[in-house]
Amino acid sequence: MTVESTAARKPRRSSKRVSAAKKPLSSEPQLVQLLSPEGQRVEHPDYSIDLTSEELRGLYRDMVLTRRFDAEATALQRQGELGLWASLLGQEAAQIGSGRALDDDDYVFPTYREHGVAWCRGVDPTNLLGMFRGVNHGGWDPNSNNFHLYTIVIGSQTLHATGYAMGVAKDGADSAVIAYFGDGASSQGDVAESFTFSAVYNAPVVFFCQNNQWAISEPTERQSRVPLYQRAQGYGFPGVRVDGNDVLACLAVTKWALERARNGEGPTLVEAFTYRMGAHTTSDDPTKYRHDDERAAWEAKDPILRLRTLLTAEEHADEAFFTALDEESDVLAKRVREAVRAMPDPDHMAIFEHVYADGHALVDEERAQFAAYQASFAEEGN
Amino acid sequence: MAAQKLSLAKALNESLRKALETDPKVLIMGEDVGKLGGVFRVTDGLQKDFGEERVIDTPLAESGIIGTAIGLALRGYRPVAEIQFDGFVFPAYDQIVTQLAKMHARALGKIKMPVVIRIPYGGGIGAVEHHSESPEALFAHVAGLKVISPSNSSDAYWMLQQAIQSDDPVIFFEPKRRYWDKSEVDTEAIPGPLHTARVVKEGSDLTLAAYGPMVKVCTEAAAAAAEEGKSLEVLDLRSMSPIDFDTIQKSVEKTGRLVVVHEAPVFYGSGAEIAARITERSFYHLESPVLRVGGFHSPYPPARLEEEYLPGLDRVLDAVDRSLAY
Ligand SMILES: Cc1ncc(C[n+]2csc(CCOP(=O)(O)OP(=O)(O)O)c2C)c(N)n1
Repeated sequence: MTVESTAARKPRRSSKRVSAAKKPLSSEPQLVQLLSPEGQRVEHPDYSIDLTSEELRGLYRDMVLTRRFDAEATALQRQGELGLWASLLGQEAAQIGSGRALDDDDYVFPTYREHGVAWCRGVDPTNLLGMFRGVNHGGWDPNSNNFHLYTIVIGSQTLHATGYAMGVAKDGADSAVIAYFGDGASSQGDVAESFTFSAVYNAPVVFFCQNNQWAISEPTERQSRVPLYQRAQGYGFPGVRVDGNDVLACLAVTKWALERARNGEGPTLVEAFTYRMGAHTTSDDPTKYRHDDERAAWEAKDPILRLRTLLTAEEHADEAFFTALDEESDVLAKRVREAVRAMPDPDHMAIFEHVYADGHALVDEERAQFAAYQASFAEEGN
Repeated sequence: MAAQKLSLAKALNESLRKALETDPKVLIMGEDVGKLGGVFRVTDGLQKDFGEERVIDTPLAESGIIGTAIGLALRGYRPVAEIQFDGFVFPAYDQIVTQLAKMHARALGKIKMPVVIRIPYGGGIGAVEHHSESPEALFAHVAGLKVISPSNSSDAYWMLQQAIQSDDPVIFFEPKRRYWDKSEVDTEAIPGPLHTARVVKEGSDLTLAAYGPMVKVCTEAAAAAAEEGKSLEVLDLRSMSPIDFDTIQKSVEKTGRLVVVHEAPVFYGSGAEIAARITERSFYHLESPVLRVGGFHSPYPPARLEEEYLPGLDRVLDAVDRSLAY
């Protein structure tokens, strides 16, 4: 073998170089923060928020009830009442902050984890559980709360949101649209295409990325070499990173982004920097890939605790408020548990329902055949 | 050492391990295949032993996974890509259908596309939407792709080896509800040809043809029918593209009757293709029309209805009765 041919076969770079894309290229960006992890107010030159005591208590109540609902759903899965659950534990501030920034006529396109946003939209939380129990594929009317169905295929809904927003703009309406997705989803072609379309058509859409650091077992570094909010720049619209565990900052930044959309200034990417405290879903085992100390560090930034500190320090709430809220949580949990247990299995003929809006001869034929087949058992039983 | 009882998932794991050991050009790639070992643990421990350069956690992007696998294959690698669940292959469908399948033909045979795409498919595990589908016909319809599915651990082990050694793109459908079923694997056996159907059980009254998850159901149906004095032959097709029509034909010309069983919707499904071909080939041997048992023309239903939707023992036996009644 000649020297040349040996050289040509050698890898030109060490394999270490090839896999070097691990650390983000730029240094840690500043987070927009209005409430420190210790529960102290923080000033920010561009974003501020002035809330009444009642509004502050409302945000706190939303977060507590959402967390309780989520915990109850996790328990129901463990008890075999749900087939699966995707917990939002740790992401309450991102969801309640952004959810409370919305107006009634804004439209939401969620993933499968936006239980807190659903709460803000007035979707009855028991409705969210049908698909996780396996009795339906959605379970609510998207138009009654302007809250679209959950989307399981990663990233798809960002394009639906963009198209919806294009329609809003065509109609000359002054509402806005918000699309939720995860850090993992940012790798999908659909998300890139939604950025392109929304920028080109100046669509009134806010992309709200909850960067909870993990896409099942894969850390954000496996999806991107730059902080995610910086992606927006390449498409020609602003990106902002907000402390996703700070409900005030999430509210303020989302309000600003929605306002831009309403004013015809086009899309915005908001990256809420947060953390998935639990497993990806109840089927997942994070001990395979994640260290416990990481979770411990994030527990210290708990979104609920820090608002509680503020409420107490600034005397927006007293003990009676917290006690009453505990009781309300228990009532909610009980209602959810009972509703799930009472949820009937769908009738087997439901397989053939709503396949087409205008009907379809084959479906009619199969429905009739299946009904006759089922009836044959009843006859045998007699 | 050579023969052992393994779960289907473990057999796949051993098969991938063997492929990585044997050929340095083999790469495993996909979402969560590394540290986690895949959501079904089929790639468990492989990254630990072969490193991140051979067992690659990819970004969450299916089009990206298959598109880059094509590029790696062009460069001489043999990528084995995992799609996490059946319903998530569609972002990659464009790359598979418009690029992967046609590359060899477009280059007049000058380039090869040794890409394997592993897809856990089918229902019966109580999952949420997009986690239980059987899209095999959508791939079998496309020229340039080979489509196979093992039904037991031995086939899982050997068919995956053979798929990786193939210079053609292979869509490898793994029956996810059989992942935990254990059966014998002889890792030193000499495997049969990849696309040949197997006679699982001989019989004389009727032929049941199935593949993947439905082979077990059909074997059970044959046992139940035997108690009523009916002798059913069961075929495991193993390959949906190509299909071993010779074995089916031989069986049908013996029994005179054929029922094809799969989880996928019957309409335009692989059963339709088999029924048409066998009718052409064996018209004068058939004593009844070829019947099909499968899914309905409806979206895969929510978990609480999947037992009604999926062909079970009763629906297979019902078709057997209908066929025998002619
Ligand atoms: C197209 C597609 N591929 C794969 C999956 C399987 N899957 C479900 S959730 C998930 C990780 C999602 O991560 P991220 O987008 O960060 O959202 P998170 O769940 O962390 O909120 C994966 C890989 C899927 N649902 N859809």
